[in-house]
Amino acid sequence: MTRAVERPQDSVAAADDPRLKDNETRNAFVTLGVLAIVLAVLPFVLNERFESIAVLTLIFALMAVAWNLMSGFGGLFSFGHAAFFGIGAYVDAYLVVEYGISPWIAMLLGAALATLVGIAIAFLCLRYQLAGAYFALATFAFAQMFLLLVQNLEFLHKTEGFNLPILGGESFWMLQFRQGSDLYIWIPAAILVLALAGVILYVHSRPGQFVQAVRDDAVAAASLGINVMRTKLIAVGLSCALTAVAGAFYTQYYFFVGPQQAFGAQVSIEAIIPAVIGGIGTIWGPLVGALIVGPLAELIDSVLRDPPAFIGFLQGVAGLDVAIYAALLIVIVLFMPKGIYGTLKERWRR
Amino acid sequence: MSLLQVEGLTKRFSGLTAVDDINITVADKEFLGIVGPNGAGKTTLFSLISGQLPPTHGRIVFDGVDITGWPADKVASAGLVRTFQLMRPFESMTALENVAVASHHRFRSRRDARRHALAVIERVQLDRYVNAPAGSLPTAGLKRLELARALALEPKLLLLDEVLAGLVPADRAPMIELLGDLHADGLTVLFIEHIMAAVLALSERLLVMHEGAQLALGNPHEMTQDRAVVEAYLGEDYA
Repeated sequence: MTRAVERPQDSVAAADDPRLKDNETRNAFVTLGVLAIVLAVLPFVLNERFESIAVLTLIFALMAVAWNLMSGFGGLFSFGHAAFFGIGAYVDAYLVVEYGISPWIAMLLGAALATLVGIAIAFLCLRYQLAGAYFALATFAFAQMFLLLVQNLEFLHKTEGFNLPILGGESFWMLQFRQGSDLYIWIPAAILVLALAGVILYVHSRPGQFVQAVRDDAVAAASLGINVMRTKLIAVGLSCALTAVAGAFYTQYYFFVGPQQAFGAQVSIEAIIPAVIGGIGTIWGPLVGALIVGPLAELIDSVLRDPPAFIGFLQGVAGLDVAIYAALLIVIVLFMPKGIYGTLKERWRR
Repeated sequence: MSLLQVEGLTKRFSGLTAVDDINITVADKEFLGIVGPNGAGKTTLFSLISGQLPPTHGRIVFDGVDITGWPADKVASAGLVRTFQLMRPFESMTALENVAVASHHRFRSRRDARRHALAVIERVQLDRYVNAPAGSLPTAGLKRLELARALALEPKLLLLDEVLAGLVPADRAPMIELLGDLHADGLTVLFIEHIMAAVLALSERLLVMHEGAQLALGNPHEMTQDRAVVEAYLGEDYA
């Protein structure tokens, strides 16, 4: 019998072996470049009326991209991302209102605090082996706990929340611009592009590959020398930091934040829905989902504010948005279980 | 020099003793076969040694270090790597990516890890599945993928749990040859297997387990003549 088996020392594959062709990272960055250009020219082609829809969509996109890091790639289904969004929003509001600190710095501090809190929560959940629905419920419970806490803390203005002082004039350092300024789109757009660049690098890096291996089979991953806990916590930390950044920008854009806007359960849902609709565990899925959910949220909102006569009874009804998200979710889960982008990607491959 | 010492290793699951007082010393570069009927505790023994399960009693010394109670990832990082009888591929990844996860242990960059992984894949003759999704591989392919991932860690001691099971006879010969080559290259192997031809072809010593306990340990060819071994495992007509 001939020796078909080669020794490793004389069979280190040639670097240019066609089977090693790996365009995934490059292709993703090309797509991101196109996206960056589209976002850059968006304020010029967008009617000013639609600015708030664009900003809301960008905030949803940031939240969903962040949630997807931990729950899509990491497989740790969070139902409590409001906790981290709220920390970002409140740290920003508190420091800006009480100390006049630059929102950029407040944003970083909020991200750092959210990361610490997220890692602590995830560590506790994982240490006591909460998985699946139990993990999701535990994260939900923590978020609700923060909501109650904030509503009862004097120094956080209890249920009243914070109104940001309007400084007058434009200041990049203080992140305040005249109403309708293009910067209100460019800034979250730039943050989103940077975040997506980070996601692309992360999922193809060593810790990113590890976390996907752990998600697929934690026992097998551990047997290959992967520290499962540390790997998961890295994904959690990144996810929480980015979610807090979205929260801080939310406060800055609306000049106001209260407990419900920051820590309410619907905030957690708003992080999940775009990701699930677009496709969890994919790079572009959350963005695709946000492009649908963002305008839809605004549409629902405007209809409820001033409903046409035949649905006049809906005026001022709260919670309809969540009901519509749920209906949309059911349709997606039934017909495109991997989300819009996820399903299309799979068909394309075949 | 001994690479692995197992002393009085015991595992009880609420009343059931799955592994009962196992004592073995495995020399560096040795190939030790492990046989026994289903339920004899072979796979549990592997889970104890590789840190998936904590032992109830006993001590495991690997490469001069007491690794009793170490978590699985630390044991694997120390160079003691197992495969799983029921294959556990990372289903969302291709075969190459599966192996590259293990190659990442040594190589930080994606490029180097993938290059190393491809070399390992070629070595276990998984070439035609390089970029196939791991979930689409047939059993024989998944068995090799298990082996490839373990080899990509460049272990000192490899615990193989039925890598030949499920392979059609035509696929067995090259696999047996590969294992022989790995051993010749200096790899120490613990080898659970039911296919006696393979066990006898490869093993330098043989451990026979029965109901969790160590029934016999010694020369494989003498074992097949041993009355107790034959009765417990091989069956009357083997003798």
